[in-house]
Amino acid sequence: MAFTTFSGGIHPPENKRLSEGKAFSNLSVPQLCYIPLQQHVGKPARPIVEAGEIVREGQLIGLADGYISANVHASVPGKIVEITEHPTVYSKRGMCVVIEAQGSFPTSGRPLESADWGSMSNLELLNRVAEAGVVGLGGAAFPTQVKLHPPRNRQIEALIINGSECEPYLTVDDMLMQTFPGEIIEGVCIALKILGISTAYIGVENNKLHAIASLKKKLAEIKPSENIIIVALKTKYPQGAEKQLVYSLTRREVPSGGLPMDAATVVQNVGTIFAIREAVALGKPLFERYITVTGPCVKNPGNYKVRLGSRVSDVIEECGGLVAEPAKIIMGGPMCGTALDSMDIPVVKGTSGILVLGKEEARPVDYLPCIRCGRCVAVCPAGLVPCDMVNTIEKGRLDLVEPSHPFDCIMCGSCAYVCPSRRPLNHFIKLAQEKLRRRQKE
Amino acid sequence: MQDDKKAAPGLLLSSAPHIHAGQSLKSIMWLVVLALAPAAAYSVYLFGLNALMLIAVSVAVCVAAEAAFCFLMKKPFAITDGSAVITGVLLAFNVPPDAPLWMLGIGAAFSVIVAKQLFGGIGFNIFNPALAGRALLMASWPVHMTTTWHRFGPTNVLSQAASNVAGLPEQAYDIITQATPLGALKEGPKLLADLGVAPNAVYRTLFSPEMLKSLFMGNIGGCIGETSALLLLAGALLLLYKRIVSWHIPATYIGTVAIIMFAYYSLTGFAYAAEATLFHLLSGGLVLGAFFMATDMVTSPVTPRGMILFGAGCGVLTCVIRLWGGYPEGVSYSILLMNSTVPLIDRFIRPKVFGTKHA
Repeated sequence: MAFTTFSGGIHPPENKRLSEGKAFSNLSVPQLCYIPLQQHVGKPARPIVEAGEIVREGQLIGLADGYISANVHASVPGKIVEITEHPTVYSKRGMCVVIEAQGSFPTSGRPLESADWGSMSNLELLNRVAEAGVVGLGGAAFPTQVKLHPPRNRQIEALIINGSECEPYLTVDDMLMQTFPGEIIEGVCIALKILGISTAYIGVENNKLHAIASLKKKLAEIKPSENIIIVALKTKYPQGAEKQLVYSLTRREVPSGGLPMDAATVVQNVGTIFAIREAVALGKPLFERYITVTGPCVKNPGNYKVRLGSRVSDVIEECGGLVAEPAKIIMGGPMCGTALDSMDIPVVKGTSGILVLGKEEARPVDYLPCIRCGRCVAVCPAGLVPCDMVNTIEKGRLDLVEPSHPFDCIMCGSCAYVCPSRRPLNHFIKLAQEKLRRRQKE
Repeated sequence: MQDDKKAAPGLLLSSAPHIHAGQSLKSIMWLVVLALAPAAAYSVYLFGLNALMLIAVSVAVCVAAEAAFCFLMKKPFAITDGSAVITGVLLAFNVPPDAPLWMLGIGAAFSVIVAKQLFGGIGFNIFNPALAGRALLMASWPVHMTTTWHRFGPTNVLSQAASNVAGLPEQAYDIITQATPLGALKEGPKLLADLGVAPNAVYRTLFSPEMLKSLFMGNIGGCIGETSALLLLAGALLLLYKRIVSWHIPATYIGTVAIIMFAYYSLTGFAYAAEATLFHLLSGGLVLGAFFMATDMVTSPVTPRGMILFGAGCGVLTCVIRLWGGYPEGVSYSILLMNSTVPLIDRFIRPKVFGTKHA
């Protein structure tokens, strides 16, 4: 495996020091949980509880609606206050189940018993993943059972585990690999069994040497019969982008407009693998996850276990509050994350971190005309010419955009990161994608 | 929690990415000005006050013209972006040191208003504004542009070289010592042949190690900014280090000139093929053009392969003009000609889109 990177990309300051190596700790359970019914790609889950009802911890409250959808569970035991519209990271008015915490916590502090998943059928395993409501935890939040069940006519040769964590500031995947290497390897074995293959690559950027070492050590201890290979990847953003990761590890290009399965691979994030293992081996639904809370404004930056539906304000308060006035609060990493307009937005399955930037790091800027410096071309991992494409989009000539391959843009934001005129290039491309899609539908 | 709600309206909202590499249009432009500064300072030392006046007038007129134009057109004016300053410095670098100030003022106004602002301002011009200004001056005042060279004293290398040629008539001595090195190469041998002097004597001195060293250091005649290859390269190193220019254009430009010149002199059986090639690389505006003008971001291609083609094209045209053209120097016209091909280059040379067979 000599190919450990892709072409293009950038080297933003890592800024991981704030939370790097900080052991996980559990945040206390919030009094009020706002659990969105849409925490995944696809249709929102259908609520199956009513206001006033008492729910257990981990009880199913939203049922997957259709093939591409996911179950949603109660993160805390308690009383359903209401089912109402509330701002979420995906929507100004997302439907949320509001639970007021009360009662007992059966999973807290008590180890769950491991099920003998080795004797279960593939379908049974897949059902357990689906029942637990597992989705991609790297941020994309695509329902995992769909990804683990590719169409029959697709030959899958390798499972690819994304442990690259190329986003600056975030350290949660790093910490997961350091803390739970055995669980992750077990999760990989489960996913391999579901897919009916035996080869997996775990790609980790070579700035996470502890994670690589702990995975390798555990692998040598367990000696699974499956062929699991841990590969150190070059530290470069966006190493963790699906198509780039597949290329780095297998030298196969996912065809334009295609999915990793078109290159005979399935990609899962390490966090997702961890959740798959909890779902299958422990029968535990996905109602809490590990996140990084960080940024120069946070008093105690670190890696925390958080109940889904906890509001950002609660999480930040639990982390000691803020030491300076925040200028920007981001859900996710600084390259791909979403800026929040409210601290009431709840943590969801796809939340890998909460980043609070101060006035120094986040300043409003106006963008200037393109000076055709070509930096965006040099860094684009998709081989696009962002400057020209965006100049066309800016002129409103959507009819001329299509030959520039707008749909091959992976929204990594490398172009906008380097643009000296501060042009929001990927934002323009995203607008064009949405307009073109709408046009195609009409 | 009450406090949190109060804090919320002040939060910045924008699309990802939320961090930036830091280099801005403004910082790029001022770094280019900084990179040009050593060569500018040296030219003032070498040519005297008139060079300083020319640079000052050129910069002042460029900035004033941009301000006036933006004011009249009600466009936002960003003097701080430094681009007009660069145009001013580069235009001054492209005129002889004893050129009249009024002429340069006209050139500067033309550069900014016609070549840049009328095309839409920064980012939209097709031709390098400074070179367009120089082209106007060459067409309008060719005598001022080709004869107002600096008169060096007898200690200058070219003067010494000329006085080494036995039996050189005074008339020829004057012509050679006032010329630029490329001018001396182009016109010298013919001139001397008319006067009955063997051209080999001239070649021996023109291609002597002292001469080449002078060309590199810059103690020699020429346009204001083109004399010292050393100081220009020092500035270029800064730009390369800061990744403001990439190697593609300068390397292919200079490389192409080297290959063609060496091939030409070797194939024509010239005794000083290697020296003549080096002479071409170090003299005239090649270093200035290759690092500071052909690399002008706005008027060069955006893709690496496009830049290579562009640089090679500049090199070929420069050689053609120098070897067979009417002018001794061809850098500025070759860059202007290649500027006009950039939209085509960018249309046809694209990177390979990931996941496709070809671009």
